[in-house]
Amino acid sequence: MTHRSDRTLDVRALARVEGEGAMHVRVRGGAVEDVRLEIYEPPRFFEAFLRGRRYTEPPDITARICGICPVAYQMSACAAIEDACGVRVDGPIADLRRLLYCGEWIESHTLHIYLLHAPDFLGYPSALELAKDRRDLVERGLALKKAGNAIVELLGGRAIHPINVRVGGFYRAPAPSELAALARTLRVALDQALDTVQWAAGFEFPDFHHDHEMLALTTDGRYAIEGGTVATTGGLTFGPGDFEQHVIEEQVPHSTALHARLADRGRYLVGPAARYTLNRRWLSPLAREAADAAGLGEQCRNPYRSILVRAVEVVYAVEEALRLIDAYEPPARPAVDVPPRAGVGFGATEAPRGILFHRYGLDAEGLITTARIVPPTSQNQASIEDDLRRFVAARLDFDDERLTAECEQAIRNYDPCISCSTHFLDLTIDRG
Amino acid sequence: MDGQRCVVIGVGNQYRRDDGFGPAVVARLEVLRQSDPALAAVELRACDGEPTRLLDLWTGTDLAVVVDAVRDGNDHGGHRYELVLDEVAELADARSASSHGVSLGSTVELGRALGRLPRRLVVLAVGAIEFGFGAGLSPEVAAEVDPVVARVRELVG
Repeated sequence: MTHRSDRTLDVRALARVEGEGAMHVRVRGGAVEDVRLEIYEPPRFFEAFLRGRRYTEPPDITARICGICPVAYQMSACAAIEDACGVRVDGPIADLRRLLYCGEWIESHTLHIYLLHAPDFLGYPSALELAKDRRDLVERGLALKKAGNAIVELLGGRAIHPINVRVGGFYRAPAPSELAALARTLRVALDQALDTVQWAAGFEFPDFHHDHEMLALTTDGRYAIEGGTVATTGGLTFGPGDFEQHVIEEQVPHSTALHARLADRGRYLVGPAARYTLNRRWLSPLAREAADAAGLGEQCRNPYRSILVRAVEVVYAVEEALRLIDAYEPPARPAVDVPPRAGVGFGATEAPRGILFHRYGLDAEGLITTARIVPPTSQNQASIEDDLRRFVAARLDFDDERLTAECEQAIRNYDPCISCSTHFLDLTIDRG
Repeated sequence: MDGQRCVVIGVGNQYRRDDGFGPAVVARLEVLRQSDPALAAVELRACDGEPTRLLDLWTGTDLAVVVDAVRDGNDHGGHRYELVLDEVAELADARSASSHGVSLGSTVELGRALGRLPRRLVVLAVGAIEFGFGAGLSPEVAAEVDPVVARVRELVG
């Protein structure tokens, strides 16, 4: 099988990614002819069934799109609707939103690091096998994740699909005493997060780099999470209101998810590596120090090292959560009034996997006339395909089994959240 | 179960038709517990089945009853199944998949590796056929809510 110039590899179940899709690689004449990330999961029509609903409903409806990052959907929805209604939410309510989002980052990143990605670097087929040998490591991951769960549960009202978020803020704001209990958990989690960075820094990372333009939100003075200006490594900057002028989504035959490109510029990458590359200077000193010690430079262009960036972002999120708790003064009311008005609003926030954009059109009564949602994974598809193309081309001498396994690992670098389905990604490599 | 810690975990999504069976059983138990002293100390939780959350919910308990809807390959829903710990572990999938797709069997195996299994684990499952969008159980699956609730009460009583 090795060294065949024409071949096909076929992996029916790519483990440890979210969603239902397939990877098809065709090799002809010793060259990679075609790479397609095929997402065949049925479209879910969220944008269609949001039309005609009340402007207050998207935070709850869109939270159902993903069980891993429901907060991101809620925050982008709130931002877009408040923008449409001309309301700006700041002060303690905005801080509580950032705190809630920190919880989601901790949960999602830790889940990916420990249960999905680290086994690749340690030579285990799954976290289960890792746990049999290194119980302490998996326990640390679960404890860290639980700290994130605790934030989401307290602020969101429950651990999954939070119910305490509303347009304008929250239904209920926590008492300082409740947050104090959370802080005790987070102080322990901070040590676990720092240990995680140190541990992951010891992994062996293949030498692989990309030159994609990277895109993330930026906010002066702090690491962007719940809002900001869109910036790219190519020097482009624009507000969420101009997102659709710059980001063009296109249908491709092999995917039920749209592909995105930057107008006149092409493919791009969102996610932790993009955030780090564009916002490194706004990390806390401790998180930056951990990044330096882990060998992350000014930029992260090696997708394998994304696990390090996630670990650094967990340090930041835990620390930021502690800072927000320390400074917390309960708001006079848990939400500001957001009276409806006719208009269009835009919201973009940094989901764990990258920018999540929402746009809503409202009529004067507050009924939704149009909705658009651009999730991070669909934005990354073209870049993932390009990386896979170069990745396979450099490893054509591998036998099918090894090449397949390494392609699976390469895809996991991007933590693709194809959807919340309980299905797998199939990988096909066609060598003729 | 006097003095022992007991949790009933309803796994599923009430907005995906029959997948809401587990949460529906838990909701029914919530109502019953107001007048049933046997249920007073029982922890009742709904869960999406994410493995780390399941582990957190049952760690340290003497009895965990997991209620779930399953695809059993039958044309008609409503078949009832009861599995105990070792039977569940036999369902472990060696290719343990996504965070969403880690099977209950694999979760049990993970719990075993971590020393985080309940002393006794019982799974009460019902075969379901409708997992589309929307609330509401199919008649065959809805008819199993009361029998499963009754079995839970026997187990925790």
